[in-house]
Amino acid sequence: MRTAIVLLVLLALTAVPGSVLPQRGVASDPAAVANFAREHPDLAPWLDRLSLFNVYSAPWFAAVYVLLLVSMTGCVVPRCAQLWHDYRSEPPPAPRRLSREVGHRHGRVESAEKALGAAADHLRAKRFRVSVTSHEVRAEKGRLRELGNLGFHLSLLVLLFGVAGGKLLGYEGRVALVEGVTFANVSSSYDALSPGPWADLPGLEPLELTLDDFQAEFETEGARFGEPRAFEAAVSYSSIDEGDGSFTIRPNQPLDIDGTKFFLTGHGYAPELTVRDGNGDIASSGPTIFLPVDPAFTSDGVIKAPDARPTSLALQGLFLPTAVEGTDGKDVSAFPDQVNPVVQFTAYTGDLGLDDGSTQSVFALDFTDLEQVRRGDGTPWRASLAPGQTVRLPDGLGSVTFDGLSRFANFQIARDPGKEVSLLAAILLMVGLTASLAVPRRRTWVRVNDDGTIELAARSLSRRPVPLDELDELATRIGLSPADAGARKEET
Amino acid sequence: MTTLDLARVSDGLVSTALAVFALALVVYAVDAALARTRGVRARELVSPSGRAHPEVRPQVQATPGIGSLTRSGALLTLLGTAVVCLAVLARGLAAGRAPWGNMYEFGLTGSAAVAVAFLLYQRGRPVGRLSAWMVAAVLVLLGVSVTSLYTPVDDLVPVLNSRWLVVHVAAAITAGALFTVGALATVAHLVLQGRGRSRDDDHFAELAHTVHLVAFPIWTFAVIAGAVWAENAWGRYWGWDPKETWAFITWVFYAAHLHALSTAAWRRRAGYLAIAGFLAFLFNFFGVNLWIPGLHSYAGV
Ligand code: HEM
Repeated sequence: MRTAIVLLVLLALTAVPGSVLPQRGVASDPAAVANFAREHPDLAPWLDRLSLFNVYSAPWFAAVYVLLLVSMTGCVVPRCAQLWHDYRSEPPPAPRRLSREVGHRHGRVESAEKALGAAADHLRAKRFRVSVTSHEVRAEKGRLRELGNLGFHLSLLVLLFGVAGGKLLGYEGRVALVEGVTFANVSSSYDALSPGPWADLPGLEPLELTLDDFQAEFETEGARFGEPRAFEAAVSYSSIDEGDGSFTIRPNQPLDIDGTKFFLTGHGYAPELTVRDGNGDIASSGPTIFLPVDPAFTSDGVIKAPDARPTSLALQGLFLPTAVEGTDGKDVSAFPDQVNPVVQFTAYTGDLGLDDGSTQSVFALDFTDLEQVRRGDGTPWRASLAPGQTVRLPDGLGSVTFDGLSRFANFQIARDPGKEVSLLAAILLMVGLTASLAVPRRRTWVRVNDDGTIELAARSLSRRPVPLDELDELATRIGLSPADAGARKEET
Repeated sequence: MTTLDLARVSDGLVSTALAVFALALVVYAVDAALARTRGVRARELVSPSGRAHPEVRPQVQATPGIGSLTRSGALLTLLGTAVVCLAVLARGLAAGRAPWGNMYEFGLTGSAAVAVAFLLYQRGRPVGRLSAWMVAAVLVLLGVSVTSLYTPVDDLVPVLNSRWLVVHVAAAITAGALFTVGALATVAHLVLQGRGRSRDDDHFAELAHTVHLVAFPIWTFAVIAGAVWAENAWGRYWGWDPKETWAFITWVFYAAHLHALSTAAWRRRAGYLAIAGFLAFLFNFFGVNLWIPGLHSYAGV
């Protein structure tokens, strides 16, 4: 057990750096590690070499918990054998000097034989294991404690099994869906996908999911003005195994389609903009996802129209759901809901860099070969549109119309085939732990001496004290008077 | 009564409780000072003859004073506890939900839980000065909550709006209150041990052990309930978010503590592991909420 203590302390200490340094794969901020590396260019490579940006999958962290579990197994298997041995053997004889044990009572009764019989009956009725000899009753109770302790420790192995199963076989992905758009569950539809090494990606659950409608509610008064109050994503789905259906996904209320779960993790606006080129042809249309950058849902987005004529067009946009004039004269968003929606943008012409084969973010422009559209006086051209409005670009480049507003929702999609095993382990762990800490294991003896007196006492086999009421009851049952409260205090 | 009135009642009760606990602390302090002068006089009386009874000193430490000051301190503590419980109740009624949805409410409900836990466990035990330290701990927690964490009554953000909030946070607060009582008793035990006045199993160690035995499974349950909730809210039951990590660290330290108690070579040091566990718990409540960004950051300061 000394090894166990050292390893447990080590486990606690090695878990600390991961909570202080940014970690890869910890959900709150995907860019945290990159940002940290930019701020500490000298330190970061060293930390990375020591696996300090992925502590919980680091070899040294694994070494600690594997050693711990090995040491535990080494501890617990012999205890299993011991428990089995105890289970099959009789309770041991009373120690010679019973008066040294806990709750010792000594006295005379009318018939020693009857008293022994009564004691054995009583203890059996109390679910003790009892064996009776000519002059003493030996009883033991509380093996549940040992069983619980074993169950608890072994459940940790089961837990590891469940966690590892989920990590190896499961996957996690993210997708943002605009209202009206349908998602098909194949790996190419995901915005991001992190599968376990043994995940069966070609065999993803065949299903489709459409975001029909998204609703958000925000606090409209008080100190928490603007704080979110409710989100609802109404979806319809069709799956081979579960058929067709509709559902409302909310925070804390995921949709579970045969083990593939959809969680609502975020949302935002997708302004519907139509871009016409210099010939009046539609170069781009429909809703575009704008990513929220602050709690008032000021959002950034870009629109690319590579096929516009006479020249390719790109718009860099800012969306304000509730535009009000800020202190410096620029508009800002004052509230996350759409009270006074406005899209503002600047425009660019030139090579969008879409044809050279390199992958590009749909949320950012590559400015290398772009030229900003300017007014006659040379200042950058800007426009600001409310829904229904249209603006013309200078020099016959085309026009932009703000048709209306959709919302989008972010979904986390996950499948974890190990989670039932982990839950089972957790329940086993709770039950075992409670039994192991709450049940006192104890032995009780009643003995008739040669001089005809009778005595009884008990011994605890755990750190829990013997329940003395139990001894009082036994003493009364066989005709000895229970010790008074004063005497009891001294015994404990 | 309107929601606003109830919220004001709660705030008023919190101020009252602060005052009552402060008064209790003053009474305990005066009592302690008087006891010390009495103790010094007693020692001066016996030492010249050199016949001080070896049992006397531990006795002075251990038995609770039965003077009227001690009794009024205890009564004030009881009163303060009742008042702070009412404050929690009023806050819950005002919000129309379990009163533990933001940090102020964790602090408020936590103070009440610490006070109640202590009163439950100290019954019939000679805990002496520990009462004063308990009152001080409650006073600090309540004071910090009111001065630095206060937020007016409000609805919950959607992620928190779950029945798992009730279960998971209630378990965490209960376990935390017990850990606090356990930590106070452990420190008292370690102090006595340090002065060489204690066997391994003085009544402080016994109190701490009893409390920890109940607290540990409740904490385990709180962590498991949190994992089930996280699975339901975020799609994974364990993600090493800082809050989860520190809950785990707390759990592991207390497991180490329980092992140390069962290991002869470590028994004397077991207390330090319990204190380490408690510090991890405290850091999870204050440090992680205030300094470390993570998914749990919406707890609301
Ligand atoms: C994986 C980490 C482990 C955890 C979380 C853990 C936790 C616990 C807990 C909570 C108890 C109950 C303590 C009590 O009865 O007071 C316990 C008891 C025990 N553990 Fe572990 N344990 C771990 C690993 C180990 C290892 C590695 C060993 C063997 C070297 C071990 C051997 C024991 C034994 C023998 C007991 C019974 C102690 C007694 O009867 O008082 N455990 N453990």
